[in-house]
Amino acid sequence: MLKYTIRRLLLMIPTLFFVALITFALAKAAPGSPFDKNPDKPPKQEIVDRWNKFYGLDKPVPEQFVMYMSNVLHLDFGTSIRRQRPVSEILGQGFPVTAQLGAQALILALAVALPLGVISALKQNTMVDYGSLFFATVGTTIPSFVMAIFFIYIFALGLHLFPITGWGTPQHMVMPTVILALGAAAFLARITRASMLEAIRQDYVRTARSKGLREQVVIVGHVLKNAMIPVATVVGPAAAGLITGSFIIETFFSVPGIGREYVLSITALDYPVIMATTLLYAFFIVVANLSVDLVYGMLDPRIKVAK
Amino acid sequence: MTDLLEVTDLHTQFFTRDGVVRAVDGVTFQVAAGETLGIVGESGCGKSVTALSLMRLIPQPPGKIVSGSIMFDGQDILKMDDDDVRGIRGKSIAMIFQDPMTSLNPVLTISRQISEALELHMKMDKNEARNRTIELLELVQIPSAKKRIDDYPHQFSGGMRQRVMIAMALSCGPKLILADEPTTALDVTIQAQILDLLKNLAREFRTAFILITHDLGVVAGMTQRINVMYAGRIVEKADTVELFANPKMPYTWGLLRSIPRLDESRRAKLVPIEGLPPDLIAPPPGCKFEPRCQYRRDVCSEKEPELKRIPNAKSDHEARCWGTQEGGWLVDTDWKREIGDTRLIEAIKQETASVTATETPGE
Repeated sequence: MLKYTIRRLLLMIPTLFFVALITFALAKAAPGSPFDKNPDKPPKQEIVDRWNKFYGLDKPVPEQFVMYMSNVLHLDFGTSIRRQRPVSEILGQGFPVTAQLGAQALILALAVALPLGVISALKQNTMVDYGSLFFATVGTTIPSFVMAIFFIYIFALGLHLFPITGWGTPQHMVMPTVILALGAAAFLARITRASMLEAIRQDYVRTARSKGLREQVVIVGHVLKNAMIPVATVVGPAAAGLITGSFIIETFFSVPGIGREYVLSITALDYPVIMATTLLYAFFIVVANLSVDLVYGMLDPRIKVAK
Repeated sequence: MTDLLEVTDLHTQFFTRDGVVRAVDGVTFQVAAGETLGIVGESGCGKSVTALSLMRLIPQPPGKIVSGSIMFDGQDILKMDDDDVRGIRGKSIAMIFQDPMTSLNPVLTISRQISEALELHMKMDKNEARNRTIELLELVQIPSAKKRIDDYPHQFSGGMRQRVMIAMALSCGPKLILADEPTTALDVTIQAQILDLLKNLAREFRTAFILITHDLGVVAGMTQRINVMYAGRIVEKADTVELFANPKMPYTWGLLRSIPRLDESRRAKLVPIEGLPPDLIAPPPGCKFEPRCQYRRDVCSEKEPELKRIPNAKSDHEARCWGTQEGGWLVDTDWKREIGDTRLIEAIKQETASVTATETPGE
């Protein structure tokens, strides 16, 4: 187990290297430069040259990449061109916010999706089931930015329950968290329902019933653990998706997380921030997948983690 | 001898979109304490549904036990409330299922799956149940049971898993064990071992058991009496020796002809029963076997025969066939010599071919 984990962690290095390589190439391939963002008042060429020299942008692209990577190895992520501040400082401030938003959304999504999926499977083809199916369909089909507009219209402008933008107090957190959680909850509820229905009609459930166990014991002891295996598979990527995928919501509600920073850095061609944020996201997705694989081994005895 | 189990006129039906499937259609039989009964028939003739009905394990909906009574130990299982039925399941009646690969829970240890019933019915604590589980695994001859008790099902072979199922069934000392095709999913060498084990344990524990199979060869050495089922009904019943020596009904002959025999020449071909089992939503009006029977006469398609005693056979030998009743044309027929009307066989073959040909494209 430990050996396996270490090996998987080492495998992260090439993964992250290639993510860095591709992102770097793509960012450099994008037309324009960080210094021509104001077309009405283009800066003087000599100033641009000086800036380019200062940020090392005058060197050939491969050399820039090598330099960047060697800096990263020393945990130096450079300075934001747009904001003139160290990237580590920007991410250090923004990441806790994004992580909190993602974690809250994940907990909320699981708290809603698991019971909903289980209950609708047990009450298949009843009003409860149809209700949750409706919720799941709405949650998956309506994009979060549309949902956000509805929420702002109803809860902020109409009922004045929550502030529209900002972050800090619990009231600020409600709408972004709920909207971010909605899509994931709908998706997880559907998976839970489907895998419950799959598990419940297995032969071993009939065996359990034939032993005279109460229906609750059959469900909790025999069905649930089997049904959770497929769910666990998707929770990892879903968690990574919630933490990394909140940039729309963050931009919408002006949440000071790294998602918003990411979007702004891309439009400004702020190379250091683009690189650092992408690497951070990639790191999270890799870690989430690794934890799923480890949890999987615990849930399903048929999957042995290789020594 | 008083009967442990007395099933009377049991009807179990499945309500599907296409209509009502009469899976078990008026089955009556008895099992005495300690007795072994075989229920034999083709796939889909209602054997398994009969067994599941006895424990009220029919998935509902779409299934439902419509009428009849199942007297077990003086009580009607069909009139019990759910709690009482659960008290019987696993304790007084236990079941061994067909496929040991899928009938054990893959994420629970063997120990957990056996102990569960012991803790529930025998009120054992964890430790007692664990020790008893080890004893049971030794009883079904699982080598180094103590070491393997915390293994998961996937670490066991098919035969071993079926042994675990048997241990599970025996755990609470049931009075009746229902074994539904217990060896069908196993390969032939393992089949014999499992059957031996079942036979010996049933004798040792004086447990009655019902062995359900499509294979007459399996019940031959195992049971005292045999019920042959067809299309949800019992069509012939006799004690085992009598049934093999003196089968009376054309369907049973068909089953016997389709078993390979050691005393026949190697070149002798097995004779299948031509045709397909009837549609249980709209069964034929007369004898259910009539459309496939090469000995049929006009009366067979008009009215369904009763299950009746056969003249000049042992007293408890009964068959549901016009030909075997008093004055019937099959009473003295020797099934090995007279294979019936060969033109009928051809007709049935052709009809089956045309039915399957028209049905296949849509499937």
